[in-house]
Order: sequence, then C-alpha cells, then structure tokens
Amino acid sequence: MIQNKSRVNYETHGDAMVIRFSGEIDHHSAVDVRTGIDEKLMMERPPRVFLELSGVEFMDSSGLGLIMGRFALVHRYGGKLAVLDPAPAVQKILLLAGMERMIPIRYSTKNQRKEGKGQ
Amino acid sequence: MTRTRVDFSAAVENEMEMTLPALSVNEGMARAAVAAFCAQLNPTAVELADLKCAVSEAVTNCIVHAYRESAGDIRLNVKLCEGRLVQVEIRDRGCGIPDVRQAREPLFTTDAQGERSGMGFTVMESFCDSVKVHSRVGKGTTVTLLKRLHR
Ligand SMILES: Nc1ncnc2c1ncn2[C@@H]1O[C@H](COP(=O)(O)OP(=O)(O)OP(=O)(O)O)[C@@H](O)[C@H]1O
Ligand SMILES: [Mg+2]
Repeated sequence: MIQNKSRVNYETHGDAMVIRFSGEIDHHSAVDVRTGIDEKLMMERPPRVFLELSGVEFMDSSGLGLIMGRFALVHRYGGKLAVLDPAPAVQKILLLAGMERMIPIRYSTKNQRKEGKGQ
Repeated sequence: MTRTRVDFSAAVENEMEMTLPALSVNEGMARAAVAAFCAQLNPTAVELADLKCAVSEAVTNCIVHAYRESAGDIRLNVKLCEGRLVQVEIRDRGCGIPDVRQAREPLFTTDAQGERSGMGFTVMESFCDSVKVHSRVGKGTTVTLLKRLHR
C-alpha cells in the first residue's frame, strides 16, 4: 500500500561505480537511502560515479537535494559524478532546476531514444 | 461535508478530504490518493505525474518545515470543478512562513543542512496553473494548487 519505496543497487565497471535507483525518490525514501550510499562511496571512493535514474518512477525536489548532496560528497574526495539515463519525468525536473549546468547528464546508447524527449 | 466553491466560482462536482499525520511515510500515500481521486477525469499521464509532484512538494514542506519532523496534522482537500479544473488545498498548523514572497523564490531554503534544493515552490508553480500560499507565523500555512486538465 505504501508506495514510496526506493531501491538502490551498485555496479562497478573499472574505476566507475554505477548507482542505480528504482521506484520513487521523495523526502521519505531519500533519507532512507542516503546513509547507505554515502557509506559505500566513502569506503570505495570511486573516481567516477554515475547515478542511473532510468528506473525512477517518481522524483520530486527531495531527489534534487539527494543528487546535489552526492555530487558534493564525490567532488570533495576528488571524484566526478554524472546523472545517467534519467526517466522522462526525472529529466523534466532536472532541467527545470537547471541541474545540467552543475551536474553532467549522460545518455547511454541503450537508452538513447529517451534523449531530449523530456515530456 | 459542505460543498464550498473554488476562488473563481467554478461549480464543484466532486470533493475529497483527508487528514494525515505529518509522517514522511505518508508523502507517497498523499500524492497517490490525490492522483487516484483525479483519475475519474481521465487526465493524461503527464498531467497526473505533474500533479503528484506538486502535491508531494507541498506535503513534504509540511513535514520538513511546518512541523520540523515533529507531530502534527496535514489536511488535504481536493475539489474537481466544472471545466476540468482540479484544486488541491494542503493545510498545516505548523510554524508558518514569515516572508512568502522570499520563500517562493527559486533556490531559497531555510534548511540547507538538510540537503534541500529550495525548488519546491518552483516545481509547484511550473507543474500547476496557479499556486496560492496563505501563511501566518505561529498559525500555519495553506497552499492552494490549481490545475486545469486538457481534452
Ligand atoms: N508549510 C510550510 N511551513 C513553513 N515553512 C515553509 C512551508 N513550506 C515552505 N516553507 C518555507 O519555504 C522555503 C522554500 O520552500 P521550497 O519547498 O521551495 O524549498 P525547500 O523545501 O527548502 O527545498 P526543496 O523543496 O527543494 O526540498 C522552505 O525552506 C521553508 O523555509
Ligand atoms: Mg520543499
């Protein structure tokens, strides 16, 4: 019944860590997943981090805060962070917030059809 | 429940009211309930997603700011009006906003520590047709979202 569940999983490819979110990112779930992500990042300190958002069904401004907070953390230890394959509704709010001026948004070939579509 | 009218006197065709405790777990519940109630107007997927996001912003603000993560009630009132107009009122009895104009500015936040982006009101404004904020310090805040559905 309660739907604001967000799941996070991690994949490492060489020096890059892909953090894949699925489900709903709001204030409730952001608080829930934040500590786990930060522990993982601080332990492994990957030089490149991708927040993969293609499986995100809902995101509000708390998600913006979550992304900016992780960006700042990775930046502080000298790494780089980009957003990867945001779902259309996520892309819409990222662009609304002007996030692309601060954090790169990347599209992998497998998700290229989503590029630029917004909503 | 007495049927009231929306500000610009469009007749109310259906109405829902719910009160939820200010718990973050209810953020998903609140936006899902509003979306389920509005589904009878056959909104587009994008309209529904936008409305859910705007409601989520207002409800989260009650939990994070109005009650500062302590106990309190959030009252939601949804009116479906003639002309495919949806009005959602989100009311708290929390701390209130001293300067509403400043609060509505993009990037303004009183909670930078909490990783807030200060974009909540901007999201509400761009995903709805109008956003009204009525607030009194020490009394609480009412946010009124209006969205007209097309087709
Ligand atoms: N219901 C409320 N009660 C008291 N203060 C509020 C309320 N809603 C908003 N505010 C004030 O207005 C400011 C701006 O709100 P807004 O939602 O735009 O940004 P935010 O909540 O700070 O950040 P974000 O929504 O991006 O996480 C808040 O920081 C807070 O000071
Ligand atoms: Mg907010």
